[in-house]
Amino acid sequence: MQHTPLNAQHRALKARLVDFAGWEMPLNYGSQIEEHHAVRRAAGMFDVSHMLIVDLRGEAVRPFLRRLLANDVAKLQTTGRALYGCMLHEGGGVIDDLIVYFLHEDWFRLVVNAGCAERDLAWIETQRDALAPGVQIRPRRDLAMIAVQGPQAGPKLWQAMPGTQALTQPLKPFAAVTVGDMFIARTGYTGEDGFEVMLPARAAPYFWQALLEAGVQPCGLGARDTLRLEAGLNLMGQDMDERVTPYESGLAWTVDLTDPARDFIGREALLRLPRSRQLTGLILLDRGVLRTKQKVHTAHGEGEVTSGGFSPTLAASIALARLPAQVAAGDEVEVEVRQQRLKARVVKPPFVRHGQPLVQVHTLPST
Amino acid sequence: MNIPPDLRYTKTHEWVRLETDGTVSVGITDHAQDLLGDMVFVENPTVGRQLRQNEECAVVESVKAASDVYAPVAGEVVAVNDELESAPERLNQDPYGSWMFRLRPDDPAALDGLLDAAAYRALIEAEGH
Repeated sequence: MQHTPLNAQHRALKARLVDFAGWEMPLNYGSQIEEHHAVRRAAGMFDVSHMLIVDLRGEAVRPFLRRLLANDVAKLQTTGRALYGCMLHEGGGVIDDLIVYFLHEDWFRLVVNAGCAERDLAWIETQRDALAPGVQIRPRRDLAMIAVQGPQAGPKLWQAMPGTQALTQPLKPFAAVTVGDMFIARTGYTGEDGFEVMLPARAAPYFWQALLEAGVQPCGLGARDTLRLEAGLNLMGQDMDERVTPYESGLAWTVDLTDPARDFIGREALLRLPRSRQLTGLILLDRGVLRTKQKVHTAHGEGEVTSGGFSPTLAASIALARLPAQVAAGDEVEVEVRQQRLKARVVKPPFVRHGQPLVQVHTLPST
Repeated sequence: MNIPPDLRYTKTHEWVRLETDGTVSVGITDHAQDLLGDMVFVENPTVGRQLRQNEECAVVESVKAASDVYAPVAGEVVAVNDELESAPERLNQDPYGSWMFRLRPDDPAALDGLLDAAAYRALIEAEGH
């Protein structure tokens, strides 16, 4: 099992540790629900060092990325700007979702999922060899990454590291800045304000400790999952994979067709394939809990829950589900939950943003 | 791990307490709630239902997963703890104070076949927690 540079910190905090994609990671440090609420109401921090940072350098890196990614890095024109998008195969299926940062005209940075990291690297290398042999690919396992998230993320970050305030306070969402040997981005995976801090592995324990002393709640993968689900953010490998396109995964907004001359990998397939399914939200009306892989019955055919769980903010069960394209927000559907059919309503994600519920919860009276 | 000496236990992590009126209260152990994590949903059997021993009769769902609860002995459900419906977290906060349902056992002697505290402790130690 691989360990992040913060493994000793997790053990000292008595985290419940689990295997996540070959990494020993904290599931929670006690109560997952309390960790969730800390991020919605104050500030929490996550060790996300298992994600892989990949630096791409060389003169041809921008045209290479315009071919590699379904979103268009032509939008990245100022240092530190970031873009979310998918890397597709020729058939239009999702290899991984990632964030790409623009540092210099000859230096872009990708952050990819831990579970896909090795396969991503192999894919990127193969494409590089064919399209842009001059581009250097450098995985940055020498860096750690800590996400500080929540309405108090900024003040807590600046309390822990006063030297960062001047440069990070003005950052807009999806912008980043280099501060000494740290790279700090106003990004996250929770639906709250916050920062993701990439820094040398040896410095990570000191930064973690400073955040802890500033009162930031350590949060595990459990809270990370319920927070991202409430925020309507996809989990790679669960809400999407190589068998589905971004159009069937709620990610049409990340497919940039503006430049007709840009022939990104997967483009031809995306334009050709029918869009018979959609990824949408569900809120359970009956009592119970929606779970991944439960079958959904709709007036237009069957679908499946891709991520289900309990929303601590709404105190109701919510899900992302892949349903026939004809299903519309407001429709009522039935979900197979342990040999019963429970009623759920289709809603457009996100469910929660910046601490506020965005959907109405009307649970049916129990029978 | 808290394992009160005056209760009986099952291999499926229920605790059983014999009440003075001859009924038995059933809940889930401290070990079970610790493994499952924060509870978010409880579904109890209906009062009057006749249960066979080891029959699936209730469900607890945590943030992590759904888990069946089994009847420790055969008997009729005489009461359920409705408070857990709106406050499932009570199972985490006070697992032995939060009974889920009460049974009137068909055979009061059936309790003797359940694990005592020492045997239950040995079981969870053997499972490697």
